[in-house]
This record gives sequence, C-alpha cells and structure tokens, in this order.
Amino acid sequence: MSGNKSGKLRYGMVIDVDKCTGCMTCAVACQQENNIPFREDETKKVRSITWMEIFYLDNGQPYPDHRKAYLPRPCLQCDADPYPPCTFVCPVNATQRDEETGLVSHIPVRCIGCRYCISACSYHARYFNWWDPKWPKPMEEMLTPEVSTRMRGVVEKCTFCVHRLQLAKEKAFLEGRRELEEGEYVPACVEACPAKAMTFGNLADSHSEVAKLSKSPKAFRLLEKLGTKPKVIYLSSQEWIHKLADNVV
Amino acid sequence: MDSALIPEGVKRCSFKAFCLWLLVIFGVIGWGLLGGFLVLWKGLNVTGLNDYFGFGLYITADLAIIALGAGAFFTGFLTYVIGKKELKDIINLAVVVGFICYTGAQLVLLLEIGQPIRGWFSFWHPNVHSMLTEVIFCITCYTIVLTIEFLPLILENRQLDKVPEFHFFSHNLHEIMVVFAATGTFLSFFHQGSLGGLYGVMFARPFAFREGFFIWPWTFFLFVASAIASGPALTILVTMMVQGITRKKLVRREAISLLAKVTGYLLAFYMLVKILDTWWWATHTAPNMGVSFSEFFQAPYGLWLLFAEIVVCGIIPAIILLTPKAREDEVLLIVACVLDCAGIVINRFVFTVQNLALPVMPFDRLEIYVPTWQEWAPTVAVIAYGALLISLSYRYLPVFPRERELNPID
Repeated sequence: MSGNKSGKLRYGMVIDVDKCTGCMTCAVACQQENNIPFREDETKKVRSITWMEIFYLDNGQPYPDHRKAYLPRPCLQCDADPYPPCTFVCPVNATQRDEETGLVSHIPVRCIGCRYCISACSYHARYFNWWDPKWPKPMEEMLTPEVSTRMRGVVEKCTFCVHRLQLAKEKAFLEGRRELEEGEYVPACVEACPAKAMTFGNLADSHSEVAKLSKSPKAFRLLEKLGTKPKVIYLSSQEWIHKLADNVV
Repeated sequence: MDSALIPEGVKRCSFKAFCLWLLVIFGVIGWGLLGGFLVLWKGLNVTGLNDYFGFGLYITADLAIIALGAGAFFTGFLTYVIGKKELKDIINLAVVVGFICYTGAQLVLLLEIGQPIRGWFSFWHPNVHSMLTEVIFCITCYTIVLTIEFLPLILENRQLDKVPEFHFFSHNLHEIMVVFAATGTFLSFFHQGSLGGLYGVMFARPFAFREGFFIWPWTFFLFVASAIASGPALTILVTMMVQGITRKKLVRREAISLLAKVTGYLLAFYMLVKILDTWWWATHTAPNMGVSFSEFFQAPYGLWLLFAEIVVCGIIPAIILLTPKAREDEVLLIVACVLDCAGIVINRFVFTVQNLALPVMPFDRLEIYVPTWQEWAPTVAVIAYGALLISLSYRYLPVFPRERELNPID
C-alpha cells in the first residue's frame, strides 16, 4: 500500500439516475458474469450477495408531489487519499487499490474473513460468504471461467469486472498495442444496461465521455461529505436526489 | 485425595465438593464448545451476523473482555513499576484474571473470523496501516507476557516447587518481574488503544469516526483510559467474589481500598474526556459528515444507552469510588465496580453494534442485531473458563500470599 498516486488511468463509472428504470438487468448481468453464488431461499436480504444493489429512493412527499428513483450501487471504488475506507483496515492486505488503474481489488484466497472491511464501508458494497457456494446442475457449467469462485468465510465485492480489463489488455498486447481504446474495457453491468444509463471509462482522460459526464452540473457523488471520493458518479436533474445522496443536515 | 497438591497451611473445601463445582463449570464449557463447534463446522451462518453486522456479540465480548483484563497490566504497573507494595496481595489474582481474559478473547476470536485456518496470515501478510494488525500483534505478545507472569505462580505449587530447577526458575522470574510488568504495560497500552483506533479510523462511518492526534483517533486514547478505569474494578470484583464464596478474608482491606481509590480517579478522568469527546462529536464531527446527533440514536439503540454509559455506569460509580466513606462500604464498593464494568461493556457494544446498525446512506434502513445461542454459548463459556482457572488456581496455587496470615488454622 503506497497511498493515492493518481496516474493517467482512473477507471470510473457515471450512472444517470434519471435514466435508470430499475429493471435490474445490470444486477443480473453482474451476478452471472462474476459467478456470484445464490441460495434457494434468498428472502434474508441482509445475507444476499449482490455486488450491484439497486436502491429505491423517494422524496417522501404525498401524491401529487411524490417522486421516486432507482439508484444502482456497485462498489464505488473510492479514491480517497491516501486510502479507501476499506483497504487500509484489512489486517492481511487482502484488499488494495491498484494505483495504476484506481481499481479496488479483493483477494479472496488471502482474506481471513474478519469482516473489518465490511464494517468500514458506508455503502454496504462488501459481502461475506455465509455459505459454501453451490450451483445446481447444469449451472456450474455456465460459470465464467476467468472469474474464480469464492469459498465460505471470505469477503467479496464488485471489481468493476477486472477480468475484462485483463482480457482487453491481452487482446491489445496480441495486436501490438500498449494502451486500450475507449470502450474496449467495460464491466458487464454497463454493457447490459438497456437504458444506456451507465457509462464507463477513464476519469483521468478529460476527452473520455465518462470524464465529461462526471463534470456535468447534474453530477453528484454519494455521501460526498465523508471524503471517500467515489469513482462512481451519479447524474440527476432532480434536486431532492442530490440532497438525499449527500445527507444534508 | 488431592491434599498433597494444596498449599501448606491453608484450608480448602472437600475434593468431592470441588468436583461437583467443576462439573457445573464443565457443563457450561461443554455448551460453549458445542456452539463453537457448530460455528466452525457449519460456518458463521449459524450466528445472527449478516452483511450489515459484520461484527456482533463475539467482537463486543472480545473488546469488553480485553478491556476488563487491563486490571492485570495496570495492577502490575502499580505494583512493580510504581512500587505500591500493598498491591502484592492482589497482583497474583490480577495476573490470573488477565490471563483468562486474553486467552478467552483469543478463543472467541478464532470463531469470529470466517477462515480460522488462515489466522496466521495476520503475521505473514501484515498490513502495517491496519489497527487490527497492531491489535493482533500486541495481543499475541501480551498473552505471552501474561503466560510468563503466570508461570512462577504455577511453579509455586507445593509439588512442583519441590523440583529444584522449577524452584530456582520461578524465583528468578520473580526477580525480573518488573521487566515483564513494564513490557506488559507498553503492549497493553498500545493494543487497548488500537482497539479504539479500530473504530475511530472508520472515516466512512460517522458514528465511530473521530479526529485525533497524529495517526491516532481520539478513540485510541479513550479506549486506553476506559480500560484502565474498569480493569482494576473487575480485579476488585473477582477478589470480593472469591472472598465471598470461600468466606475468608484473603486480601488486606488496604489493598482493595487503594485499588478502588485509583480506579475512582481513573474513572473520573475517563468520564471527563468521554463527555468532552461526546460533546465535540455531537457538535462538530458528526455535522461535518452530514449527520445530526439525533440520527445516531434510534430505537432500540436509543439515547438511553448514552445515559446508561455516562451517567449510570460512569459518573455514579466514579462518585462512589472517590468518596472514602462510600468505597469503604462493601456493598457500595461492589455496586460501583459492577456499574464500572457494565459501563465498559455498554461502550464496546455501542461502538460495535449500534455503530453498524445505523444507516449511513440516508435511503438505507436501521438494522437490528439479535445474537443466536451459538454466539451466546461460547461467550458465556469464557466466563466459565475463567471460573475454572480461578478455582484451580485458588485450590492448588498460592494465589493470595497473605491467606495464611489472615486465616490462621488452629
């Protein structure tokens, strides 16, 4: 761990809350892409593993002023300086931010399952494997080969589909390129969104679409006052959503 | 039957009565072992923990037990480093209680982590930025120190002491005990603080986060202060309990009075800094993070917890312990020590459970945590384990050096 050394790559996401219909396609795509285990009975939501969680928001006003929205929440890949809230607390270096890309990783085979990182994250973006993962036949044959499954007793979280970055890098290498082009590496949720509410790319590249959108007057971050500096930025033209997201006192 | 093992010149209950007592203790320990076994076999899904409550009863118990175990290092510090000779009456028991607390906490910690087999990773892949790393290192080192402090007492057993090598080894350990007392003080100071630091550094958790000094949040210092203000109270309570059960005077009153007086001053100091911290947290830290003080207290984790911690279990026992007449009264002294210990348990509960129950995202919800019996059983078993070790130590080791003098056998 060496502190925030923002380089020329800072992968981030912009989610337009006004466009999100709450269809949950992103969540389903994420579950499938990342081999996220599930159980027959998932009624106890506080133990369900949902790397992409969809929160329902409303303005608390009665009809006709009632407004509602959906807020998809992947891991926000915090860019806080020097460390995100979850990584520096880990006693075994099982979770770190890659300062080359800004991606916050988690190494399940090193994780001891102390759940300190879960407690430190204000966005509830980290999940514990309460059970051994099992897939009913023939679903085990549909697992994504690039993503390792996680065992009982360890923490896991959204990685911004980092295996896709690896695949894109390998492809670029074989084509004799050192750098990726915009859109070459995109997480499964962004690819799946039918409303095109999600944009992904390099926030450090001022010409990228994601960087331009992140500077929009409609842009806001979740709980900005905490200083976690999430690299997931939301867009909305509705004032009540901005206020709700920043917990204004 | 076991009279050859009992120290000379003291009276103990019959072996039969002792065995019956042990049977009760083993019953509770067996229940705890069953709960612990189920956690290890089936996983933490048998507990009441979930993705909101990453920490629960195990961590609350661990933090409380470790804080209450601070009586060992602090009494050792007063006895050997400061030179309060009257505390020699009580130091052996303080060490036994400390040993119980630290080893007990480590047993519970084994259940708490999802991958107990990987526990050694904390030493192999340590993250020097994590407060938990410091806690793990210091607790391990301090448990070793406590074992070294406990060892001479074990070797003083009537039969073991007959072995010349053991006799000299234990005598020499006694001679250099000041070194271990000082080492224990250093280690304990840091890990008590780091346990507070665990919470204070959570800058994305407004309930727990605190500003601080250099790399240490204020909770670092608050946890040290609270541990030394409550650990000796448990030592007093255990002493009184052993005296009550055995119906004997085992420690001179001045030793207990001195420890009670010191505890009173420490508790008063802790209350002062705790109130200042609460005021600053409510008026500056929390609002700057977008949270109002009232949001921190939602039923069932209401403001009553703060009142119970500061007023009932803080200010009241501090007043009792600081009033000479009151602390000389046996009942009031016990009440004050019980309240003091309860206050520390509430404090650790609040930082662990209430902290995690509160929603940080405004559209999130308050969660309520209910531990299962698989969490209660090992926690209660630690108390039974403590009773077992104290019973064995009292029966077979010269825990109270003044016992013979205070209880002459005709």
